[in-house]
Amino acid sequence: MKKVIYRNQISKVLGISLVVFLLFSISIFAQDEPATGSSGDPVKGKTLFNQNCAACHSLTRKMTGPPLANIESRLSEDEGLDREWLNAWIKNSAGMIKSGDAYGNKIYTEYAQAPMTAFPTLSDTDIDDILAYTAAPPPAPVAVAVTVDSKDGSAKSSDITNELILGALIVVFALLIMMLILVKKTLKRFAIAKGVDLDEAYAGKGLSLWKAFVQNQFLVLVTSIFLLLAAAYFAFGWMMQVGIDQGYEPIQPIHYSHKIHAGDNKIECKYCHSSARVSKQSGIPSLNVCMNCHKSIYEYQGNPEGPTKEDLANGYTNEFYTGEIQKLYKAVGWDEENQKYTGETQPVEWVQVHNLPDLVYFDHSQHVSVAEIECQTCHGPVEEMEIVSQYSPLTMGWCINCHKETNVKVEGNEYYTKIHEELSKKYGVDQLTAAQMGGLECGKCHY
Amino acid sequence: MMNSLIKSGIAFVLVLFVSACADKDSPNYQYMPNMYEPVGYEAYQKVEWLPNGSVAMAPAKNTVARGFIPYDLENTAEGKELSRLKASPLDSLNSATNLLKGKELYAIYCALCHGNKGDGQGTLVKREKILGVPSYADAARDINVGGVNHVIYYGLNSMGSHASQLNPEERWQVAEYVMKLKQDL
Repeated sequence: MKKVIYRNQISKVLGISLVVFLLFSISIFAQDEPATGSSGDPVKGKTLFNQNCAACHSLTRKMTGPPLANIESRLSEDEGLDREWLNAWIKNSAGMIKSGDAYGNKIYTEYAQAPMTAFPTLSDTDIDDILAYTAAPPPAPVAVAVTVDSKDGSAKSSDITNELILGALIVVFALLIMMLILVKKTLKRFAIAKGVDLDEAYAGKGLSLWKAFVQNQFLVLVTSIFLLLAAAYFAFGWMMQVGIDQGYEPIQPIHYSHKIHAGDNKIECKYCHSSARVSKQSGIPSLNVCMNCHKSIYEYQGNPEGPTKEDLANGYTNEFYTGEIQKLYKAVGWDEENQKYTGETQPVEWVQVHNLPDLVYFDHSQHVSVAEIECQTCHGPVEEMEIVSQYSPLTMGWCINCHKETNVKVEGNEYYTKIHEELSKKYGVDQLTAAQMGGLECGKCHY
Repeated sequence: MMNSLIKSGIAFVLVLFVSACADKDSPNYQYMPNMYEPVGYEAYQKVEWLPNGSVAMAPAKNTVARGFIPYDLENTAEGKELSRLKASPLDSLNSATNLLKGKELYAIYCALCHGNKGDGQGTLVKREKILGVPSYADAARDINVGGVNHVIYYGLNSMGSHASQLNPEERWQVAEYVMKLKQDL
């Protein structure tokens, strides 16, 4: 035992030393069995840690505050500070800094003078539990790695079987073609052996059929009309798709998965694209918005069930995503080691997916805030897209269709009350569509 | 016969060639590019001579947007203490509308971590992506409306600044709604 500062009551000293002794003993044999123990429960401690401490402390890395793995033994070994000091610090760190505690002030200046919130509500047993958790070794990720391997293997094996089947089919077809050629050759030999002149027989037949066709003017007319119509059909189809980018799926400089952010983690579209509420543009979030979460989330841990076969086949492993987060740190100039911005930034050249021609005006806020249309109505199920692709054709016909079919939301919007009444009378309907409100007028979008 | 084989082979290669042209990584052809491509600069457009090579820039130093009122407190411990003295400038007669707006914005910008009820149990916390989000009712923190507004503007510890996503009025609306959540907890 180290020095004890307060010597008011012998019983208190004894009690505390007992607690500390038990804690040390648990911290030693907790290496083997973290779940058992009398003075601190690492399982409860984990819950408490995640609720109260994890916002600023990690076990192994610097965050707003210092890393906390084995904090108790480290403090007593390196600084000679005991459990009493830790208790006092957790419950009122600001008071200790003011009273001039040496190590307290050192830590305070080292971590950019971010004051630690006082936790007077934590009882001594709570702190026991938390310290037991910090002393327990972090769970080894062995099991996860094994499952990943097996999944990886099965994915590869299914690929291999697919390739095998394809190869076998190709061989079978090649054999069939060879056989046909051989059969034809033998038949020809038979024919020659029997003295049939093949060339003459073929030529006579072919020529007569062609001649018959050319001589029948009606047949020629029908055929040419048919051919012209077919050509027109395909030419029309081809010309109509010029300028339409439906399905356009560019590769972005940072592989940002909407499936993970908006799908798995259910982050609102407008959290990042906040200007869609208030402006013409649905803004691309500046990197500080990414850092709102990625200051804390520095690696991709994936779903509890691990990456799917499909993801692995595409190379979307946890390491891959963590690498993409590193790209973000590099672009925004975030020094992970010291948890500071370096000031060296480089812009990310995102590729625009949805692009309306310059000849048309479109305003996001009008659709998102006033009409309260879901983003997915036009952009499709983005929350399921690993790589965003253009879902809608974004043609004028497509706009007009939606304006004709969509009723205007007038409830609770005083701006529309009067015009809604008058227009309903004019058209004799209860619900006005956007088209009846003037959504088809040329000048609304083209000017 | 070899002739027909060669012909079908050529047709097959042609089909492959055409389908390869329909590449989803690059945009399609356009009829009248000069009707499609903007003459002026578009938002986020790449422009070589601008700093960072892009139209997306921060406002010039010492300027503000029209109608924008800068926040006067600094991002320090003293600033945070001073912010607690600020009362919400929003019209209290209009509080129902403000709270409704605040609720909407809270659902977008705060609930993912702080939870819909403000108990610190948002989706990201439940999925253990972000940890240690306190409940608004936490006695040790004793939040008030001015402080909440300050923290939304500057962020605190692991929470980042949300000043770029919410304008001053929206910030106060959210702060008022947070105080309502705290009461209900």
